[in-house]
Amino acid sequence: MKLFDRLFRDAPLATRSEITPKLGLLLTVLLAMVWLIPFLWMVVATLRPASDGINAMAELMPSLKPTLDNVRDAWEIGDFPRYTLNTTIICTGILLVQFVTITLAGFAFARLDFAGKTPIFYLFLMQLMLVPVLLIVPNLSLVAQLGLYDTLAGVMMPFFASAFGTFLMRQAFEAIPTELEDAALIDGASLLQRIRHIYVPLSMPSFSAFAIISVTSHWNDFLWPLMVINSPDKRPLTVGLSVFTKTAEGTQAWGTIAAGTLMVIAPLLVTFLIFQKRFISSFVTSGIK
Amino acid sequence: MSLAEPAALPVATSAAPRLHVLKRFSNRFKASLPAYLLLLPSLVFLALFTYGAMGRVLIDALYQRATPKAPLRFVGLDNIASVLADPGFTGAVVNNLIYAVGTAVPSIALALLFALALARTHAVNSALRAALFLPVLIPMVAASALFLFIFLPNVGLLDYYIGRLLPVLPNWLGDPDIALYAIMIITIWKNAGYYMLFFLAGLQAVPEDVMEAAHLDGAGPYQRLRHIILPELKPTFLFVTVIAILNAVTQVDHVFVMTQGGPSNSTSLVLFYIYQQAVEHYDIGKASAATLLTLAALMGLTALSFRTMANREGGS
Repeated sequence: MKLFDRLFRDAPLATRSEITPKLGLLLTVLLAMVWLIPFLWMVVATLRPASDGINAMAELMPSLKPTLDNVRDAWEIGDFPRYTLNTTIICTGILLVQFVTITLAGFAFARLDFAGKTPIFYLFLMQLMLVPVLLIVPNLSLVAQLGLYDTLAGVMMPFFASAFGTFLMRQAFEAIPTELEDAALIDGASLLQRIRHIYVPLSMPSFSAFAIISVTSHWNDFLWPLMVINSPDKRPLTVGLSVFTKTAEGTQAWGTIAAGTLMVIAPLLVTFLIFQKRFISSFVTSGIK
Repeated sequence: MSLAEPAALPVATSAAPRLHVLKRFSNRFKASLPAYLLLLPSLVFLALFTYGAMGRVLIDALYQRATPKAPLRFVGLDNIASVLADPGFTGAVVNNLIYAVGTAVPSIALALLFALALARTHAVNSALRAALFLPVLIPMVAASALFLFIFLPNVGLLDYYIGRLLPVLPNWLGDPDIALYAIMIITIWKNAGYYMLFFLAGLQAVPEDVMEAAHLDGAGPYQRLRHIILPELKPTFLFVTVIAILNAVTQVDHVFVMTQGGPSNSTSLVLFYIYQQAVEHYDIGKASAATLLTLAALMGLTALSFRTMANREGGS
């Protein structure tokens, strides 16, 4: 109970002796442990040698003879380097174009006055409600008509405009004092120069928040690339992993599946553990969309 | 001449203001031009992939081909009627409703528990929050790959550890009565940590001094939760519920990876039905009609929640 008391030492004095909050915390600790079990199994199973047999596969105690065989198998069978490259291209491509579109549109909404501002604003707002994944059927035929079926560009295109990003940048730009821009205006800076040299450098936290949301969501996209991509060498990680799982499931190669899954999620998990605070605050803003 | 003069007058008087309006309009347009140019890139993509797509769904839902190679023909509301009469669709809607309630309620309840328990920030709580948040980050496909083994009959994680306590081992993904609940567990595991963030943010708005005062007045933990914390969190609840329902319709990748809608359609959800119609049956008319109905339902839901939020703000 000593440890528990320490955890509650900054609670209001009057409530410190109550038992219910402690029971709640205890339950949460137990659940957090349950929440981690799939990850724990993934790591243990990745390192387990095949000689341990299928019956020991579920054992959460690590094997005494850890091996990297599963990682090697997954790497060779699964073509993961290629999938990783494709996912990286998709996420980077989307993000770069989004940076341009949301900066320009965000600036227009933050600083310019123009005819039809309110209706155009609503046009953006409405996009937040129309979840893109529901429009897969019409968007697939459009992508095919544009000649982009089975291309990475086709996977990226529907996400080039982002209402969420536009609102995020609008908010960031509105917080920048106009005096800074006036000074640049006197020095003869053009509109694009002012955006480039004043607004963008001062809004880096918002750009990084947006980048976190954009990259994680497109890293995890599955259904849309599944529909657009046909050739095996253009598959992103998620589609590749699902195909790989299907194949390895047939041969009961669970250690290889665990290794493949680990490879797919490791980049995100490592980045998260390094930039934990940023991730959390970005995800909170993402809900506001 | 005497005839021409009165005729000329109305022209002159009406021409001047019209010119004036036109000029004002063109001036306003000229002043707005830089803004339009800045918005153009975004608007092009919105027009193509959001509003164009919506228009396309509307039109595609009105046409049908007799065979995949036959010419398109206008069928009016026939597609919508045939989707509504299709037991595959109504079954998917019922499954999706069960799935939405069965994932939203437990994950929101857990999220609230987590947030209440971990509201104060120190190292231990931050680590616990991170642990609960980890599933949010990983792709649904990766979660499916892990849970495929967890639910595996006999040798899987669940049967290996819990199976010893049960007299009969259920086939988690193979039994039509259980499969839908099994995939719900994945969704709850994956989303509770996400909703927790919003409750954590909402809890910051609960004034500490009111809580202290309530305690001095003899209010126990339950009374404080019921009368102070929950009323304060009402907007958060509404908001999280909307997100949870949207997720229940749109984040269903595990159905594609783990069950393919089976066994015997027990895990077929609306989005999977749409995908099947479009990709497996090449029936764009029916797929569009189903998309249209789903979009209408979701937009109705969001509009309703916006109105409730607006009403609350207006009332307080």
